[in-house]
Amino acid sequence: MNIHEYQAKQLLKQYGVVVPPGDACKTVEEARTAADKIFGSGNKLAVVKSQIHAGGRGKGTFKDGFKGGVKLAKSAEEATAHAKAMLGNTLVTKQTGPDGRVVSTVLVAAAEDIKKEFYLAVLLDRANSRPLIMASTEGGVDIEEVAEKSPEKIIKEHVDPAMGFQPWQGRKIAAALGLKGELAGQAAKLFAGVYKTWWEADAAMVEINPLCICVGADGKEKLVAVDAKIGLDDNALYRHKDIQEMRDLAEESPLEIEASKFNLNYIKLDGSIACLVNGAGLAMATMDIIQHYGASPANFLDVGGGASKDQVTAAFKIILSDPAVKAIFVNIFGGIMDCNVIATGIVAAVKETGLTLPLVVRLEGNNVAAGKKTLAESGLTLITGDSMADAAQKVVATVAK
Amino acid sequence: MAILVTPQTKLLVQGITGEFGARHAKLSLDYGTQLVAGVTPGKGGQFFEHGGHKVPIFDTVADAVKQTGATASAVFVPPPFAADAILEGVDAGLELVVAITEGIPVRDMVRAKQAMAGSKTRLIGPNCPGVVTPGEGKDSHGGCRIGIAPGYIHKKGNIGVVSRSGTLTYEAVWQLTSRGVGQSTCVGIGGDPVNGTSHLDVIQLFMADPETKGIIMIGEIGGSAEEEAAEWIAKHGTKPVAGFIAGATAPPGRRMGHAGAIVSGGKGTAEAKIAAFKAAGIGIAVTPSDMADTLLKMM
Repeated sequence: MNIHEYQAKQLLKQYGVVVPPGDACKTVEEARTAADKIFGSGNKLAVVKSQIHAGGRGKGTFKDGFKGGVKLAKSAEEATAHAKAMLGNTLVTKQTGPDGRVVSTVLVAAAEDIKKEFYLAVLLDRANSRPLIMASTEGGVDIEEVAEKSPEKIIKEHVDPAMGFQPWQGRKIAAALGLKGELAGQAAKLFAGVYKTWWEADAAMVEINPLCICVGADGKEKLVAVDAKIGLDDNALYRHKDIQEMRDLAEESPLEIEASKFNLNYIKLDGSIACLVNGAGLAMATMDIIQHYGASPANFLDVGGGASKDQVTAAFKIILSDPAVKAIFVNIFGGIMDCNVIATGIVAAVKETGLTLPLVVRLEGNNVAAGKKTLAESGLTLITGDSMADAAQKVVATVAK
Repeated sequence: MAILVTPQTKLLVQGITGEFGARHAKLSLDYGTQLVAGVTPGKGGQFFEHGGHKVPIFDTVADAVKQTGATASAVFVPPPFAADAILEGVDAGLELVVAITEGIPVRDMVRAKQAMAGSKTRLIGPNCPGVVTPGEGKDSHGGCRIGIAPGYIHKKGNIGVVSRSGTLTYEAVWQLTSRGVGQSTCVGIGGDPVNGTSHLDVIQLFMADPETKGIIMIGEIGGSAEEEAAEWIAKHGTKPVAGFIAGATAPPGRRMGHAGAIVSGGKGTAEAKIAAFKAAGIGIAVTPSDMADTLLKMM
């Protein structure tokens, strides 16, 4: 699960990480109050930031032509005007796709004078199953580009999960970033806080980009997490009631939400052949084989190991609500699952949904003969395939016509 | 000889009285696996009965090991308690713990893996279909089945199969069996980002196993475990290996069912993995339908 920038900053703040003062606002009135507060406490500049999960906000354009999902403001009036232009408007960035996302919250925060930008992230290093802290002097830019072009500029520090983040590691990273004196002390404390956020919140990733040396209203230099992104481990959400409440259903595809109600793992894609498969690996491989034979998958759909008739029917309904779908490919390897149960489920689902699109079914495994017989005797005009390759070619042929 | 387990391996099931654990414990008994004990805290002294078998249930793994001599465990414990169950098996000195449970928090596994470093226990999984060493009977009856794989699709033979995914493992096994080719051992290492045993670990075991003559290695997007295995095979491989990578069409940044199956930051792509396989002389199955044929052509 992903959360918004303002929510990420709330979490980080709880663990002692310094973030720019600001408020999340859902209305223009709230934005005005927040802006007044910022300018009233001596700040000369504020920033109004659209809260959507996709990146590239600053360079995005709203559907009504308003440019920029992140805007600076020199007065409370200007900040309020920006908030008014953004709220309820649809922002399109390079990551949202052409449909864009509706902005229902803006973050109005103090924009401090930035002296230098760094990059900081905590994530899992899968190669050795340990938390990894990544930092770089090249902040505010695309870190993947830095990793590719100048990998020596990325500092990596592993953390012993039993010990946790150690003070000497904070000093080491601060020194590697060229931070000295009081700033080095602030940095070590901030790194510890970011690590603690990652660990305590069961995050998959915490990214601070940029982490900045700012000059505050009081003229002093300080280290501030100017932007923040947190992704969470879905498997651990059960133990974080507060974070569960941060879920924003508007950021998720309605079909994916519907699928999750039936314990179906569905991800919408751009192609025309819908797939219904048991098992994540086989579901991915089914998408691949459709592409191999020259068409594109409309979705990833894993019905799991014990698909019931209700699940199969729900899956068909979800698949069919995507207007781009031109054919359906059911690929089931019934290991433990009885193929006849699946076949019965398919027949019921087709009848209930009044399916008119071509349907290709490949069934293999436990009690497959009975399953095939059920399909053959159903009176439905479906196509069967002997192997995954045979069925994939047949389903691709139906859309190629 | 097979790897990890033989038909003689004595198995216990942690979470044997849960619905999921009970169903698969029964299937393992039906397959002829030496299932000698169950563990469910609070139900020690009771019995798990099925088809004439009467399997004793213990409160702790340590008790079960002491009383029955079990050396391997299948963990069917729900996610919030699964990492704890794994470590209980480690403490009891089991040789092998196979964690079937799907949905264990990553942080729990990071800690568990750290805690079991240096122990003699090998962990397979979590979020995996388990391990099967086929037996000699009809439909491979009499083998050791740990986990949730369908036993009957196997056949005793000389091909090793290793995969992150359950259904893709079954697919490969079935392709082999229906061509009359049997398997030494089939290992599902699981689809989570933190797992106990990697592709490379299993490949090394297969290379050292005299009974295994060829290997099918099935990978998927995310991480770099497939690349590491390929690199080792390029240097030390002595047996033909065929491979398939699932997820070439998956969009970046989206998690494809398995928690570990995600392309992020341009890393873990199918292209990179396939290139690594090719560089190591691993035969590439261009579709998942060609896994067995690709290997058999190399042998």
